[in-house]
Order: sequence, then structure tokens, then C-alpha cells
Amino acid sequence: MDFALTDIQEMLKDSASKFINNTYDFDARQKLSESEKGYSEEHWQLFAELGWLALPFEEQYDGLDGTAVELMVLMETLGKGLLLEPYLSTVVLSGNLIQRLGSESQKSEWLTAIAGGEKKVAFAGFETASQTDINTITTRAEVNGDGVKLSGKKPVVLHAQSADMLLVAAKADDGEIGVYMVSPKDSGVSIAAYPTNDGGRAADVTLNNVTVSADARLGEGENAEAAINRVLADAVIAVSAEAVGLMEKMLSATVEYTRVRKQFDMPIARFQVLQHKMVDMFMEVEQARSMLYYGAISLSADNGVDAAKAASMVKAKIGSASRIVGQTAVQLHGGMGVTEELDVGHMFKRLTMINTLFGSHDAHMDALIKAEQAA
Amino acid sequence: MNTDFTEQELAFQKEVRSFFENELPESVTRRIKAGLRMDKATQVDYQQALYEKGWAGINWPVEYGGTGWSASQRYIFFNEAARAKAPRIIPFGLNMVGPVIYTFGNEEQKKRFLPDILSSKVWWCQGYSEPNAGSDLASLKTKAVRDGDHYIVNGVKTWTTLGHYADWIFCLVRTSDTGKKQEGISFLLIDMNAPGVTVKPIITLDGRREVNEVFFEDVKVPVENLVGEEGKGWTYGKVLLTHERSNIAGVATSKQRLADIKGMLNNPPEGVPPLKDNAVFMQRVMQTEVELTALEYTELRVLSSVSTGKAPGPESSILKIKGTEVQQALDELFLELAGIYGLPFVPEQYDDEDPSLKLEPFFAPNAAPHYYNNRKVTIYGGTNEIQKNIIAKQVLGV
Repeated sequence: MDFALTDIQEMLKDSASKFINNTYDFDARQKLSESEKGYSEEHWQLFAELGWLALPFEEQYDGLDGTAVELMVLMETLGKGLLLEPYLSTVVLSGNLIQRLGSESQKSEWLTAIAGGEKKVAFAGFETASQTDINTITTRAEVNGDGVKLSGKKPVVLHAQSADMLLVAAKADDGEIGVYMVSPKDSGVSIAAYPTNDGGRAADVTLNNVTVSADARLGEGENAEAAINRVLADAVIAVSAEAVGLMEKMLSATVEYTRVRKQFDMPIARFQVLQHKMVDMFMEVEQARSMLYYGAISLSADNGVDAAKAASMVKAKIGSASRIVGQTAVQLHGGMGVTEELDVGHMFKRLTMINTLFGSHDAHMDALIKAEQAA
Repeated sequence: MNTDFTEQELAFQKEVRSFFENELPESVTRRIKAGLRMDKATQVDYQQALYEKGWAGINWPVEYGGTGWSASQRYIFFNEAARAKAPRIIPFGLNMVGPVIYTFGNEEQKKRFLPDILSSKVWWCQGYSEPNAGSDLASLKTKAVRDGDHYIVNGVKTWTTLGHYADWIFCLVRTSDTGKKQEGISFLLIDMNAPGVTVKPIITLDGRREVNEVFFEDVKVPVENLVGEEGKGWTYGKVLLTHERSNIAGVATSKQRLADIKGMLNNPPEGVPPLKDNAVFMQRVMQTEVELTALEYTELRVLSSVSTGKAPGPESSILKIKGTEVQQALDELFLELAGIYGLPFVPEQYDDEDPSLKLEPFFAPNAAPHYYNNRKVTIYGGTNEIQKNIIAKQVLGV
């Protein structure tokens, strides 16, 4: 039993902290969010140099062989800065999916390109509001001579507008799910881009009889559904780590604010009713962190915990904790908490949007209940 | 970062499991199998079996006859004990006064008291709360006035758990009325058989006698029964509370209770409603599992930092609050599972090996009494509200 970070994990944490502290203060972040792209290409190249873009990949593809624990360490720290770069879409979702599903040549071409910061990839997978069940998709893949014809609509694809390649999940006539590499420039692809409620970027992608060659399919008939579900579990850890980082920061911001803010001639931190609310926040943060460790350790080690269950437990806890911590942080900041002037409001926005990603609290509770009922 | 056990720890787990399966006294096993409460004699049988095995002083250092176990070993022990549905260890001697005596007592006191605590030959109870000193414990008024070689003790202690079984009581008493109220408190050991000590029952909501009031009327206590220095009792009492930490959240027992609930959902005994199809109930079950899993990892984080020699981090302070909340959530689930079969009040079926009336499902009539009584867990040991005050002050610094 050991909860300490290894030297390499400590280094990862340090370099991420340095980056956030030196280049990602709140004003800089807001400017970046309002820029045309919504993130910085310069930062992206720095991430490549720091090895972050190669974190989960195997060594032979220039990767660092990082597990869910390393991913957690990095995301928690970057999350505190409200990171805008497309790390989640390119590395966590797409990179991991290529690694799990891709053929040897696809992996050596694309993982190396992602690791080097040369290419960005977006995952156009889920189609329903709750991103938990890939089987509900209706995008079709029809064999068309030597190629495959793709048709369908992919709503809210993270960072589709900055991607060099899209990974499109589609269903064949026999119901089997495949993932296809589609260039945004391919004829029949249209991208309706927009900013998101948390300052990021996403787009609706429409595929209108897009024809790709047969070798655009990731892998050689491996089980795409299983691979997507496993990547989903990694993504849950990534955003949950981000959420834990944010919640911790919101707690300390709230404690600090109540110490400084005076009403009735005294700091409002003196009021017991506020103290107990902050203790509730603290307990939620610690419980959420414990649950995150449970998830990251379970996904990293073969400890008998099923990845889907671990992910659901984590996302459910993060969801309920986020609501309490986020809402209380805003409440205790009073009117200022509802303005765009303080970072706490922007953290609240991101925390709220994280709940919608990869299955909300309710969706994962429902999954846990159904799994138990089927047991 | 991992939660794996080492080879040695796995071997230890096997040894502990085998102990609970094969080496418990017959009297204890019989009552566990029948789902009965431990009476005083069986409770002592159990603790003496642990003593024979060398496992009585779980938190104690080896030099005083303790196990010297690592945090992982303690975690394993409590998990195996819960899995075997073994009785809890009555904490007053082994977890409370024992550590105070070996930490602050003199050589004479160590020699005199520790062996009988370890072997459960002497039953101890705790004299802290008073009718007018609960959350504000430092305002306690039980007086100990020095008179030659003795203290003369007058006052009332309350909520004294199993005081009617006890041979000795450790008390916080007031030896001075001047200065800060915490600084006038001393830690005194009192023989329950001393003239002037009277024990009166308090009946709790489960209809049982678990706690008592203990009255002291001109009780003569030899000065050699004072632990440490006069006026330092408050400090010793606080140190004592940290010794409770290792099992304070009750995670192992809660895990076992959750497993029992799931067992009843999958194989409902006759009379247990098919609540597996009830989405509202199932949501409560899974919420409890989520919170309990997080809590188990919180406890592991604490154990892990303690075992590497660090002081427990801020996460340790939430164990009591979250642990008791989970325990009460489980109580509510059992109450729901019992349904109308929870209405009969037949406490004797959990005491007598051959009761005149034995109702099925067996657990059901106890669901409500347990639920009623277990409201205590968020009240005792410092109410959860007091715990929040402590966290606000010590952890958040507000």
C-alpha cells in the first residue's frame, strides 16, 4: 500500500505546476480563450517538448508508457489553470484510441505525430447527450466498392475545428462498430464550430456520404466497442482529476475570500454557518480525491476491479462533489461569485461542464444501479 | 501509487483469516452463527482469545505486550474481523486507558494496570461526559479534592457505556477552579467498587441498558491513581482520542454490512421484499457504496501516511464524520429491507440461545432498535458538529 508519487510523477507534477504558474494565470487564460483558436499553438509545442503529448503511449511510438496514475497527476495540475489546449481530445481520447485499436502502421504514423505535436486528432464518437453508450450511434458505414461511405451527424465534438484528423465511430450494416480516420477536408465533411460554456472549443460534425478508403478503418477488425469503452474510462479519470484540482483550488479561494471579506465588522469566516459549509466542501474534496485514487489505481493495476464500474464510481462521486463544492464556492463569494471577474466563477463553469462529459453523475449512478440489478 | 499487499501482508491476512475461522472460542462462534449479541462473559472470552494469540494490544507497542503491527496489518485485521462478523473490541481498556497509562503513567501504574487491561481481566469504563458537560467537556465539574494521601471525589458522570460491567473507571476530574478551565482537569483512575460509587442505568431507544450514570459521593481515591501530572488531564484525554483513529470510521464493518444487504437483494430470505427492482432503494444502496468506497480510500491514505512515519494528513479528520454518516445510511437500508417485519419488539431473540419466540426474517425485529440506538454515532466521541468546528479551526484555519 503506497500513495506516494514516484520521482517521475513528482517531476511531471512539478513541470505542470511551473507551466501553469508561469504562463497560465487567469488573465492570460481569459485572453487565450477569447482568441480565434481558443488556445495557444506555442503552448502545444511546449507540451510536445515536455513529453506530455506522449504520456500514455508505448515507448516504441516515442511514448512515456504512462498509466492512469500519471494521467491523473498531469490533469489535476493542468486543471487548476483551466487548460484550454486540446489535450483531452487529441491525447486522452484519440491517442489512446489509436493505441488500443490501431494497426501497427497507423500507430507508428499517428502516435508519433501526436507525440511530436505535429498533428491533432479529435474523437467524433458519441451522438447522444449522455456520452456513455457507443452502441446508440446511428452514423452508418457502408461498403462502397474499395472504400467505405460514412453518413451521420456527430454533435459536440471537442476541438473538431482544430483537428487534422477525425476519428469517426460508425455502424456497419451488421451493427458492428468501426472507427474511421476522416480528414476534415474530405468531401462531404462539414464542421459547425462554436465556443463552449467553459471557454473551450467544440463543433458539430456532419458527414454526408463521405467516402474513405478501406484502410482508413482503425485496426483490423478488433473490438472497437471494447476499446472505446476502455478509453472512456481513461477520459473519466482525466476530467475527474481536473475536477479534483479545480475543487481544491475553489476551496482555498473560498477560505481566503471569507477571511478577507468583512461584514458586520468582522471577517465572514468567523460565522459558524459559513465554516460548516466550508468543512462540507473540504470533506467533498477529500472524498473525491480518494475516489479518484481508487479509479486511477484500479485502471493502472490489474486489481480485479472492472474498468467500467471503477469509472462509474469515480464519475458519480466527482459529479456529486462538484455540485456541492462549486455551488458553495459561488454562494460564499456572494455577488462576486456570479461575475466573470473572478476566477472562481470560471472554475464553476468548467466544473459544471465536466459533469456533462463522458456521462454525468446521474448517468453513471444509473449504470451502477443497472449493473447491480443484473448481478 | 498502489494498494497491493506485500507477500508478508498476504501471509498475515491468511493467518488472521484462519484465526477467525478456526481459533475463536466455541462460545463466541456459537453466538456469531446464531446472530446473537455478545454477553459479558462471551465478550471477555473473545478478547482473551485475542490476548492468548498475542493480538490484544492492536495499537500497543511491543514493549508493553502489544502487536507492534503496521498500519496495513491493522487494516487487514479489522477487515478480517468484520468479514468473520467477530464482536468489536470494547475500546475503553485496550484502546483508551491502556495507551494513556503506557504513555503518561509511571512505572508502578504500568506494572499494576497494563497486564490486566491486555488480558481483559479487568473491565474498564470511561468517565468523561457529565449531565452539564457534553460538547463543552472542559466545563466538567466532578471534583477531586486532595486530602492527605487521597483525593475525595464528588460528582456525576454520564453516558458511561457498559459501566455496569466495569471494575474500574478512568475519569477526567476537576482539581482546580482557577485559570483556564482546561488546565484544572486531571486524569484519575477509580475503582468502581470503592464506597460511594453508584451506577444507575439509562435506557436507550432500543429498550436496552447500554449506558449509565455514575455517581461519586465522597469517594476516596489514593493519589497514586492520578495519571501523570495534576492539571494535565485534558492534554492526556486529547492524546487518547488519536488512538481511536485506526478504526474510527468503521469501514470494514460497513463493507460487511453492505455485502449483507446485497446478499439479501440477490437471495431475498422469506419475507424480505424484492427491493432490487425498486429504483429509489437501489439508488440509496449504490450511493452508499460510492461514499463507502471513497471513505475506504480516505482511510487507506491516512494509514499509508501514518505508516511512512508522517503525521496523518487533513483527510484523517473526516473519518469520524463520513464513517458515521455511512453507518447511519446502512441502518436506514436495513430498516427498509425489514419493512413491516421490523415492527415486532423481541429483543430476547438476540440474547437467548433458545428464545421462546423467534421471528423470521431474523434480522428484521432488530433493524429499528439498531437504527434508533445508532443515532448515537453522530453524537458520541465529539458530535459531528463539533468535529466540523475542529476541522474549520485546525484544517481550514478559519
